[in-house]
Amino acid sequence: MQSLIETSSTMLFTAFILYLVATFFFGFTIKDKTSKNKKSGITGKLAITLTIIGLIAQIVYFITRWMASGHAPVSNMFEFVTFLGMCLVLAFIILWFIYKLNMLGLFALPIAMIFIAYASVFPTEIAPLVPSLKSHWLYIHVTTVALGSGILFISFVAGLIYLIREVDQKEKTKRTTSLEGVLYIIFLIIGFVVISSVFGALNYNATFEYDLNGKTTQTEYHLPAIAAPFEGALLTDNVMEPWFDTPEWMHGADAGRKFNSVIWSFIIGTLLYALARLVLRKRISAAMQPLLKNVKPDLVDEINYRSVAIGFPVFTLGGLIFASIWAQEAWGRFWGWDPKEVWALITWFFYAAYLHLRLSRGWHGEKSAWLAVIGFGIILFNLIVVNLVLAGLHSYA
Amino acid sequence: MKHIKCECGHVNPEGTVLCEACGKPIEQNQHIDGNDKKKLLNMRYEGSARRSTTFNKTIVDKVWNFFSSVKVAVWLIVIALIASGIGTILPLEQYIPADAISRDPAIFYPETYGLFGKIFYQLGFHNLYSSWWYLILIALIGVSLVICSIDRFVPLYRALKLQKAKRHESFINRQRLYSETPNVTAEEVLTVKERLAKKRYRLKEEDNHIVAEKGRFSRWGPYVNHIGLIIILVAALIRTIPFFYMSDYVWVREGEMRVVPGTNGEYYIENHEFILDTYAEDDERFKDAIAKQGMIIPSNFQTNATIYKAGDAEVLGAEEDHEKIGDFQISMNKPAKFGGYTLYQQGYQLNEFSKMTFKVYEMNDPEAEALGEFTIDLFDLKSEYELENGIIVEVSEYYPDYSLAENGVTSKTNESNNPAFIFNLQSPGNENTETSFVGDVIGSAEKLGIDTSVVELKPMANVIGTFAATVPGSEENQFKILIDSIQFDRKSGLSVKRDYTLPFFVIGAIIFMIGVIQGMYWQHRRVWIHPKKNGILLAGHTNKNWFGLKKDIEKAIEGTSIKMVEDQKEDE
Repeated sequence: MQSLIETSSTMLFTAFILYLVATFFFGFTIKDKTSKNKKSGITGKLAITLTIIGLIAQIVYFITRWMASGHAPVSNMFEFVTFLGMCLVLAFIILWFIYKLNMLGLFALPIAMIFIAYASVFPTEIAPLVPSLKSHWLYIHVTTVALGSGILFISFVAGLIYLIREVDQKEKTKRTTSLEGVLYIIFLIIGFVVISSVFGALNYNATFEYDLNGKTTQTEYHLPAIAAPFEGALLTDNVMEPWFDTPEWMHGADAGRKFNSVIWSFIIGTLLYALARLVLRKRISAAMQPLLKNVKPDLVDEINYRSVAIGFPVFTLGGLIFASIWAQEAWGRFWGWDPKEVWALITWFFYAAYLHLRLSRGWHGEKSAWLAVIGFGIILFNLIVVNLVLAGLHSYA
Repeated sequence: MKHIKCECGHVNPEGTVLCEACGKPIEQNQHIDGNDKKKLLNMRYEGSARRSTTFNKTIVDKVWNFFSSVKVAVWLIVIALIASGIGTILPLEQYIPADAISRDPAIFYPETYGLFGKIFYQLGFHNLYSSWWYLILIALIGVSLVICSIDRFVPLYRALKLQKAKRHESFINRQRLYSETPNVTAEEVLTVKERLAKKRYRLKEEDNHIVAEKGRFSRWGPYVNHIGLIIILVAALIRTIPFFYMSDYVWVREGEMRVVPGTNGEYYIENHEFILDTYAEDDERFKDAIAKQGMIIPSNFQTNATIYKAGDAEVLGAEEDHEKIGDFQISMNKPAKFGGYTLYQQGYQLNEFSKMTFKVYEMNDPEAEALGEFTIDLFDLKSEYELENGIIVEVSEYYPDYSLAENGVTSKTNESNNPAFIFNLQSPGNENTETSFVGDVIGSAEKLGIDTSVVELKPMANVIGTFAATVPGSEENQFKILIDSIQFDRKSGLSVKRDYTLPFFVIGAIIFMIGVIQGMYWQHRRVWIHPKKNGILLAGHTNKNWFGLKKDIEKAIEGTSIKMVEDQKEDE
């Protein structure tokens, strides 16, 4: 038992390292001369092989964890987000074999790694299933949703590549600022992952007592408290005193802890971003542009569309149809306007609009790329904000 | 209606852009599809006459044109999207938590969320998804779906059905893929024909003019998926009719038999046992997670029940006439299904008070023997109880579900979840009555750190009562009343549903998925061979994936003198 769990976490770590190495190899393909003649080149082939081995390692993680827990590891935030990263890699591999575009890997793999790193911020213990989750539909629904999302993420990756390649960086415009904003948000997420991992490794802990709906409740901070819970009292000795209280209007369990994490993400993310700007001495997107000069914009645009064309039906099936069937089986109502359901509907509406605009109003290229970026934002909103901030049936951690 | 006769002899309806039969551009209508400004023909709807692009005079025309616009459809979607998003910021009325300040939305939202909550409530976002304007928005999307589909499908279907193999030259040379070869032999054309047929193209020939076509059905994909969506919207509409959809709820105690509500007294349920299983805290796999969560995690909620069908209507309620339908183990994700109804395990209550026994003591002498005792059956409450020694206890106030709120003492519900009493006690030979408050066992248990939602109080019934509050009405009270023992019932909450609309939703969803796949993963490809003097004109069109069509053509003309088509796409 214990050895299975150990194997499982080792394999996840191995997968992470392999994705990291593969990312470097995908980076080397920019300089690879063999790729000029043949589409992918030797370095590209090596990189995709490493990616596939990484995916296999992650599948071993998945299976061993399944064996250890007795249920498919998709039942809490850690397991689901990790699985999402795995689906992103799988979708990337499929699309690589269709289009042989190495640059896709240079962007897709780091994003998959951010997902896995973000996942490990949540409790990683194997948790038992509550009665409402005990159903075959857990596997069917969650895996199809994750797969659909993973494929839709590739459209974001393609969109991002398109924008970095095509947005004119000669002068500062609304477009360059927006693109830079997207990259800045990625830095914030990295900031969150970095600071959480550092203090997680140090086992940092500060306990506060505060008043939640008239009941005295305790909350554990794993980051030094900048913002304490509203009118909260620090119980732990020898830790940093909070600078100020979380505003009163931020409600709900652990509002203070979440707000504190957001502040830390901003601080570290902004620092990292500023550092990058200082080194590069220009906008990050402007610095990346020359690397992408060999990428054909038409091809990236095609990948953007193709991944929506494949991802949209899969997402519909998993996120709306299978979800409804399960809800009907568990609660006798296939639709209940729970925030997670509503945001799945919003995602569906959004990609439906994307397809209509593209197929019938000719929104190709840059417009499509922006839409793909927004679509990714909506899915992330559903994953992060809805789960952690808006309460509902799916609030895991 | 003004018809337009083409030189090929075909009579086209008004508003046609390209002749339905031969494809010759009809001069006066070229602006409709923007062909007048471009070299290539707009082939999206085959240049057919759509109502929306033809008429714009009457009110009906204007309404039709409004709803047939994709732009309007996208805007409606965007508005629905934003409204839906706002509706998720705060919980809906039905998701107001049980431990909220008040379950009255007029109080809950402003009290919990301040000004924003007040605005949210006043704008009706607390029940957004059943508000009139949201429903109108969804209905408008439905109307747009229907009109968009009809506006395009009918003329497109006509045009594709009436198309001829023999096309006008100006139709051929204004296609995106086009080539002209001056000298081609009949054998070469035959080879191309055979190769295309092998690639599953269907060939049509007319005076040596050839059209090879495949995958036309993919053009219907969008309309098929829209039909699926319309079926789903209609199903949602008829679901509001009570006959089609029934939802009710029933609480059944262990050992009790009750009529299943919503079945017109047709079915009865007998609850034999309610089971609540929890994960063992020392479970090898889960002990870390359980320790971290710091509370008991349930693993199963289950009601073992028997369903009966009522006998003759005349002897309604006569249990011996009930016909047994079957034994069911109803748990989460395993509902009981019988006679078109479904019963879902939805709630439970472990600690419903049924009987409480009290003892009366001398005030300052708790060690002494009780002066007397009385038992209150909470389902058969009397106004006063006379004890053996002549003491009379009158029930002055009874709160079945006691709660101390800001505005004083209230009973949250009428269920006996947490009983509390105000007693007036009169002892023999004493004119005056004295008042005391007894109860709030749950409140006391929770103060001890007992989670009463998962822990059964039954085994501790005799102890737990002694922790309950006993507050004398004044300092001069001679007697005090203490809870001696409590009997608890376990109740199971089951929701009852009957939904005749489910098959419609299933059919709608299946049709939608078929339509999406049909339209997305197949392409409608056509290749035209147009003889001209000794040679031919070659043209190709597809609704998507031009690369695939080019490959098909390349393979078909391989080794012949026919020139490969060129992509004439203009840069926008």
